[in-house]
Amino acid sequence: MKEQLALLPGLLTAHLQLTLAALAAGTALAVPAGILASRIPRLEAYVLGIAGVIQTVPALALLAVMVPLLAALGLPGIGWLPAFLGLGLYSLLPILRNTVTGLGAVDPAVIEAARGVGMTPWQRLRVVELPLALPVVIAGVRTATVWTVGMATLSTPVGAPSLGNYIFSGLQTRNLDAVLVGCAAAAALALGLDGLVRAVALGRERRRRGLVATGGLGLLALAAWALAAPLAGARGTAERPVKIGTKTFTEQYILGEILAGQVRRATGLPVEVVSSLGSTVAFDALARGEIDAYVDYTGTIWATLMKRAERPPGREQVLAEVRRWLDETHGIRVAASLGFENAYAFAMPSAEARVLGVHRLSDLAPHAARLEAGGDYEFWSRSEWTAVREAYGIEFAARRSMDPSLMYAAVRARQVDVIAAFTSDGRIAAYDLVTLEDDRGAIPPYDAVLLASRALAERRPEVVAALAGLEAKIDVERMRALNRAVDEDGRSPAAVAHAFLEERP
Amino acid sequence: MIEADGLAKRYGDRLVVDSVSFRVETGELLGLVGGSGCGKTTTLKMINRLIEPSAGRVLVDGEDALAVEPHLLRRRIGYVFQGIGLFPHLTVEENIAVPLTLAGWERAAIHARISELLALVELGPEVRGRRPAGLSGGQQQRVGVARALAASPRLLLLDEPFGALDPLTRDRLQQSFLALRRKLGLTAVFVTHDVAEALVLADRIGVMRDGRLVQVGAPRELMRDPADEHVARLLETPRRQARVVDSLLRGPA
Repeated sequence: MKEQLALLPGLLTAHLQLTLAALAAGTALAVPAGILASRIPRLEAYVLGIAGVIQTVPALALLAVMVPLLAALGLPGIGWLPAFLGLGLYSLLPILRNTVTGLGAVDPAVIEAARGVGMTPWQRLRVVELPLALPVVIAGVRTATVWTVGMATLSTPVGAPSLGNYIFSGLQTRNLDAVLVGCAAAAALALGLDGLVRAVALGRERRRRGLVATGGLGLLALAAWALAAPLAGARGTAERPVKIGTKTFTEQYILGEILAGQVRRATGLPVEVVSSLGSTVAFDALARGEIDAYVDYTGTIWATLMKRAERPPGREQVLAEVRRWLDETHGIRVAASLGFENAYAFAMPSAEARVLGVHRLSDLAPHAARLEAGGDYEFWSRSEWTAVREAYGIEFAARRSMDPSLMYAAVRARQVDVIAAFTSDGRIAAYDLVTLEDDRGAIPPYDAVLLASRALAERRPEVVAALAGLEAKIDVERMRALNRAVDEDGRSPAAVAHAFLEERP
Repeated sequence: MIEADGLAKRYGDRLVVDSVSFRVETGELLGLVGGSGCGKTTTLKMINRLIEPSAGRVLVDGEDALAVEPHLLRRRIGYVFQGIGLFPHLTVEENIAVPLTLAGWERAAIHARISELLALVELGPEVRGRRPAGLSGGQQQRVGVARALAASPRLLLLDEPFGALDPLTRDRLQQSFLALRRKLGLTAVFVTHDVAEALVLADRIGVMRDGRLVQVGAPRELMRDPADEHVARLLETPRRQARVVDSLLRGPA
């Protein structure tokens, strides 16, 4: 818990900064758009329609879409910008709708009175209509505030640190303390911000200057704090830290900490771990030099990035081809091959396998029609599954997608019969599962490779050299043990990584 | 002086006001009476262009109203709204101050003028900081009159000004209004469906029916020489009602 709380000031500030910036931008855009829409009836349907469509896109997808979109425009595709834009767009609808509703609900008799005393259209809006609509507009801002605080946790996978770091890594590594701290902090922030906006609204309505001032000053103070933090940070460290990326599963969190520790020890440079990046976000970020290094897997690059559909050659040859492709197309260096594979492999309880007499995938094929299979969110649409299906003629009775962290427990509890497991997961041994041999070689090899950006290799060769020191240093047994220490024993990825680095000479 | 010349308002195929002409001399008060939908309120609103006329013209102190920016025209003409029309989010003071602010008055002058106006409409200074919702109907209407008179307009338009009030309050306000008129020498047009009110307040009465101004004249002229049966019956209503009340009170005994 103490370890988690130490991260709080940084993540809370980042979260607050993102939320306030998105809300400010959303309000600045939505209120004028709402005014315009309420003046021009033909526009209203379009404006509300567009905002409504944005709202129906799931928040996570909206943020993820920003990444390639911004990259296509030549803007930074990961980090603060996509999160800010996504959240800003998301905050539009409640404010826009309430502005239109609030202005529409102003009594026509009052509007006529405003005309009758000789106000110009602008004076009418400023003196009569907006003040009367304001409580409704502010109610919209409050809705948007609570939504945005919650939604901002989803900016973690696009590379913007937020309280979501707690939740994503906490759920993956079964660290309930982290999840709890993240949720509690987000809830407190939502309540706090909502309270301040409410104070301003209430103070205005009841004409209590003190209340307006308290709410306004509170918001200003928070904005100042959120702004001051990055500025101070920018002044404090003129040198850009080495940025290590991680994807969103336990092994990646551990490897991220190992990489960071290795670089720190060998070079003394400042290091920052950008954790919980979406799978393709991590690669794009590396290609664009927004992060410097992370660990990926040869099979993933082979299948999803190089889009090679043919039956893969051997482990060495895939690695060689991946190495060449990365260098030629993106200037990315393979700094080290860590020495283990984290491949997809079908796994089932060993007792079950014995009863069915299944050791290899070709043994599984005749039984498949009576079995239910589980896989991670992407597996059933990945080319590996297509390849397995074609090579073995396997058709399962049912295929389910589930969170990878729940998959192992599901097969242990016989809620599914087979899972598409990750071979380096510590739970394969812990839950007495067996992996089935891919005897027809349909699934490519998945050697864990440490990728370094072109920029890092040019600017900081000593870092690449330090990372190269990890070559063949982690075998699959070791990785399973490390994963198990986190997933089953509840230790933190940082602690496990530290212990690993300590015991190595 | 207000002069309407051939005023008409058409909504689609419907002619709601049809070539209405009249003249209100300086210091005179004209009451427009007629049933609902006869076009009297539309006629009133065409004077300060809250409704734009489809045809005809209005002269305000000899100047063509259509040649003036509408909001500038309206600032020169006080308007008392049906159902009061105060701004609910502003205090009494702020409501009365609106025309003064629009006319570019200084703060101190506005403050002094509001005291004057409150006294004029017989309201105590304690109402200054209240919102309209915290006032009685009669008090609200007095504020409405004070706001209409704030910038000392020479012309005043009143749309059913006392219609929403209880009879006693209405009576009191009518008396106050008559006193005000005498004091300020206002030129005004007001609209009412209450013939008795028109008889009490107006110097001259215009009777409207189906968008037309049937007859204009002093109450006595109209009674003596009504243009048609409708005018005669309309003008007769208050007296007929009085007779009914009278006989009820005497009773068969």
